[in-house]
Amino acid sequence: MTQEHIVKSFDEDLKHIETLIIEMGGFVEKHISESATALARRDTELAAFIIKGDKRIDALEAEVDQAVVRILAQRQPMAQDLRAVVVAPKIASNLERIGDYAKNIAKRTSVLAKAQPIGSSAATIKRMCVMVQDMVKDVLEAYVSRNEAMADDVRRRDEEVDQMHNTLFRELLTYMMEDPRAISPCMHLLFISKNVERMGDHTTSIAEQVHYMVSGEIFDEERPKSDTTSTTFIEPDAAE
Amino acid sequence: MSAYALQEADNEVMAAAKPETEPLIAARNVNVFYGDKQALFDICLDVPEKQVTSLIGPSGCGKTTFLRCLNRMNDLIDICRVTGDITIGGKNIYDPDVDVVALRAQVGMVFQKPNPFPKSIFENVAYGLRINGLAGSKGELKDSVERSLKQAGLIDEVYDRLEAPGTSLSGGQQQRLCIARAIAVEPKVILMDEPCSALDPIATARIEELIDTLREKFTIIIVTHSMQQAARVSQQTAFFHLGYLVEYGATDTIFTAPSDERTESYITGRIG
Amino acid sequence: MTDIIKASLPGLPRRHAAERRFQLYGKLAITMALGFLVVMIGMIGVSSIGAFTQTQIALSINFDSDSLDPEGTRDPATLAQANYSSLEKAALREVFPQVKGRRDKRKLYGLVSSSAQFTLQNKVAANPALVGTTGKFWFVASDDVDQLVKGNIDASLPETSRRMSDKELGWVEQLRASGDVQRVANVSFFTSGDSREPELAGILSAVMGSALSLLVCFVLSFPIGIMAAIYLEEFAPRGRWSDLIEININNLAAVPSIVFGLLGLAILLNTFGLPRSTPLVGGMVLALMTLPTIIIASRASLRAVPPSIREAALAIGASEVQTAFHHIAPLALPGMLTGAIVGMARALGDTAPLLMIGMVAFIVDIPASILEPATALPVQIFLWADSPERAFLEKTSAAIMVLLLFLVLMNLAAVLLRKKFERRF
Repeated sequence: MTQEHIVKSFDEDLKHIETLIIEMGGFVEKHISESATALARRDTELAAFIIKGDKRIDALEAEVDQAVVRILAQRQPMAQDLRAVVVAPKIASNLERIGDYAKNIAKRTSVLAKAQPIGSSAATIKRMCVMVQDMVKDVLEAYVSRNEAMADDVRRRDEEVDQMHNTLFRELLTYMMEDPRAISPCMHLLFISKNVERMGDHTTSIAEQVHYMVSGEIFDEERPKSDTTSTTFIEPDAAE
Repeated sequence: MSAYALQEADNEVMAAAKPETEPLIAARNVNVFYGDKQALFDICLDVPEKQVTSLIGPSGCGKTTFLRCLNRMNDLIDICRVTGDITIGGKNIYDPDVDVVALRAQVGMVFQKPNPFPKSIFENVAYGLRINGLAGSKGELKDSVERSLKQAGLIDEVYDRLEAPGTSLSGGQQQRLCIARAIAVEPKVILMDEPCSALDPIATARIEELIDTLREKFTIIIVTHSMQQAARVSQQTAFFHLGYLVEYGATDTIFTAPSDERTESYITGRIG
Repeated sequence: MTDIIKASLPGLPRRHAAERRFQLYGKLAITMALGFLVVMIGMIGVSSIGAFTQTQIALSINFDSDSLDPEGTRDPATLAQANYSSLEKAALREVFPQVKGRRDKRKLYGLVSSSAQFTLQNKVAANPALVGTTGKFWFVASDDVDQLVKGNIDASLPETSRRMSDKELGWVEQLRASGDVQRVANVSFFTSGDSREPELAGILSAVMGSALSLLVCFVLSFPIGIMAAIYLEEFAPRGRWSDLIEININNLAAVPSIVFGLLGLAILLNTFGLPRSTPLVGGMVLALMTLPTIIIASRASLRAVPPSIREAALAIGASEVQTAFHHIAPLALPGMLTGAIVGMARALGDTAPLLMIGMVAFIVDIPASILEPATALPVQIFLWADSPERAFLEKTSAAIMVLLLFLVLMNLAAVLLRKKFERRF
C-alpha cells in the first residue's frame, strides 16, 4: 500500500482482510504438504487430522466474505482499495477449493493405505504437491507485497504441474492396462493427481486476481495450459 | 436503457455525417488568473456531446473555476483573467464578437445552493423564456413552463400551485425548479456546480435520476465533491489537482483503475 | 458515581458574576436613556396640553339692525362693511356697566380676542336673518384670559408683577361666576396659520409648508438617489474613481445641514433666481441634504441582496440591466424606501438650511403650491419659541409634539413598508 488512508480504521479493515487471507493460505499450504506426506507414508491418522482441519479454512472463508461485505457497506472503496476488496472473496474461495482438494487427497489416503503402492506415483504426487505448495506460498507473497511480476511468474509455473499430471496420467493408464487389480488404487491416484493439477489451476486463478488487484488490468491472454489428459488416448495394444 | 438507445442512434446519424464525432466543448491551454495568482494551468479537455462529464478534485483545485469559464461567469470577477481557447460547437467563446448574454442562454447553470427567484414557481421558469423572447403567446409560455417542469420531474408536485412562491418548496424541489429554469431556455450545455451538496440523499437521488434522463437532450458538466456521485451519474470524469487537470477519461476506468497516483490517492481517501 | 456536572470549574462563579454585572450595566444604561426620553417628552407633552384647548367667553350680542344695516336691504356688501367690533364692545359694556374711563374700557375690550368681530361678521354673512335679533355667542378669549383660566397666571403675586391687573381678574371672576367662561378643544390650532395673537396662532401653514417641501425633496432625491446607488453598486467599474465617489458621498452625508442652506442661498436663489421662501427651494435644499443618506442606504440594501440571485439571473441569459432591475432592485426596494424615509425624517426636522433660504418669514397664509412662500414646522417652532407671550410657550410645545408625531409616523411607515415588501416572497 502506497500511503495510509486519512481514515485510519479503513487501513485496519483492509489489513484485517489481508490477515485473514494469509491465515487461510497458511493452513492451505500446510494441508497440501501434509496430504502429500500422509499419502507417501500411508499415514491415516495424519489424513484424518487434515480432514478435520478443513473446517477451519471454510470458517475463515466465511469470515473474509463478511469482512468484505462490511467494508463495502461502510467505506465504499474506490480504485486500488476497491480492487483489493473485490478480489479478496475470490482468492478466499480459490484457497478454500484448494483446501477441499487437499481434504479429498487425505480421504483417498485411507483407501490407498490398504492397497499396494503403484510404482513411483506417490513420489511424483509428492513432487507435484511441493510445486503447488511453493506456488501458493509465492502467490500469497505476491499478494501481500503487491508484486505483479511474482504473480505472473506463479501463473507460468502451473504449466509444469500440468505436464507432471500428464506424465502421471499416462503412467497410471499403463499400470491399469497391465494389471486389472491395480485399477482401484490407480483410479484413486489418478483423482489425486487431478486434484493437485486443479490446485495449480486455482493458484493460477489467485495469481490472476493478484495481477488485477495490483495493475487494475484483467488478463486477456490465454493462460498457459498443458493439461492434455482430456485428449489423451492410449491404445491398449501399445502397452503390450 | 432508452436513453442509451437514443444516444446510439444519434451517434450513428452523426457518424454518417462526419467521420468522427467532434467534442461539443473543447478547452485548449486554458489558464486562469485571479490577480497574480494562477488558478488553472494549461487545461486541455474535450467534452463529448450528450454525455455527463464530472469534474472532481479537492477544494480549491480549480474545478469550479473551470466550470465558470464555460459560461464566462468569471467575467463577473474583476480580477479574473482567462487565456487560452474554449470552443463550444466550434466557436471560441472568448472571441471579442461573442455576446456573453447569448452564450449564457446556450450554456445554462445550476448552482450549489438552490437559488430560485423570490417569485412564483411559474415566474421562475417563465422568466428566462420571456427575456430571451422564446415564448410568443401566453398559451405558448404556459406550455413551455409546464414542459420544463415536467422535464425536471417537478410537475406532479407543483401542478396545482404554480403561483406559490418558489422559495416555499423543499430544498430538493427548489433545486429541480432551478434545473427547470435552466432547461426552459433550451441550452445546449448545462453546468452544475455541486447541485446536491445541500440536499438529503433522497433529494440527491431524484436529481441524479433527473441528470440521467436529461442526458438525452443536453450535454451536462457537473462539479461534485461526492466521488460516488461522479461514479454514478457521469460517463467521463476529470480529476483536477492544484489547478492542473491530472487525469481525464471514462468514469469506469477512473474509479476502478486510475492511472495517476494523485487521482488514486484522492479517490481512495489517502493523504495525497 | 461522582456528579460530573456539579464539579465546578475554577473561576466559574467569577465568570457568571461578570456576566450578570455586565447585563446589569446594560439594563441601567437603557433605563437611563429611556428615563431621559420620558422626562423630556413628558415635560414637553405636559406643557403642550394647554395648547389643545382654548378659553371662550359668552356674550349676548344684539345685532342692532340700525347700525348693521341702516337701509334694511340685507345687502351682503353692506353687511360685510358694518362695524361688528362695536357690537361686541357694546355687549361687554352691558355685562360690566360699572367700567368707566377709556383705559379701563380698553382693558375690558381686551378680554376678548380681536378675532371676535370676524366671528360675528362670518355669522351674519352666513345667516343674514340674525340682524335685528339678540343672541348669546361664544368668543375666543384673549391669551391673557386663556392663561389665567388655565392657571398659568399666579393671582397671588403682587399686581405689578403679573400681566393682569386686579380689575381684570375681577371681571374674569364675574364672567366665570355667571357661567360665561368655558374651555373647549382648540380646533383652530390645526386649521389656521400663524398669527401675532397667540390665541389665534395655528400650525397648518407650517405643516403644509413642511409637507410641500418634503414632497419636492422626495420627488427629487428618491429617484436620483436609487439610480445613483444602482449604477454605483451594479455597473460602475471598481477603481480609483469609484472609491473617490464613495468617499465623497460618505463625507457629504456628514456635512452640517447649514452648509446645504448656504449652497441653496448662493446657487438656487442668487444664481438661478428661484423664488425665495418657497417649498420648491426648501425641498431642493433638503433633497441635496438627503441624497447622500439615500444613496448610502440604498447601496447597503443592494449589497444585502444575495449574490446567488444575481448569478441565477445572469446564468439564464439576463443582461446586467435586466438583472439589476428585474431582480436586485425589487429585492432591495424595502431597504431603499426605509433609507429614504429615514433621510426624509431627518429633513423634516431640520431647520438650518431653511433659515438660509428664507423660510423663516412670518407666513399667515396657508401655502397652496410649492411656489408660494411658506414656513416649515421646525422653523415655526423656532419662531414661537422666540416669541415673548406666555401663551406661545404651550404653542411651541404643542408644535413640537406634532412634529414628533409626524416623525414617529414616518418611521412607522418605514417599518411597515419594509415588513410588507419583505414578506412578498
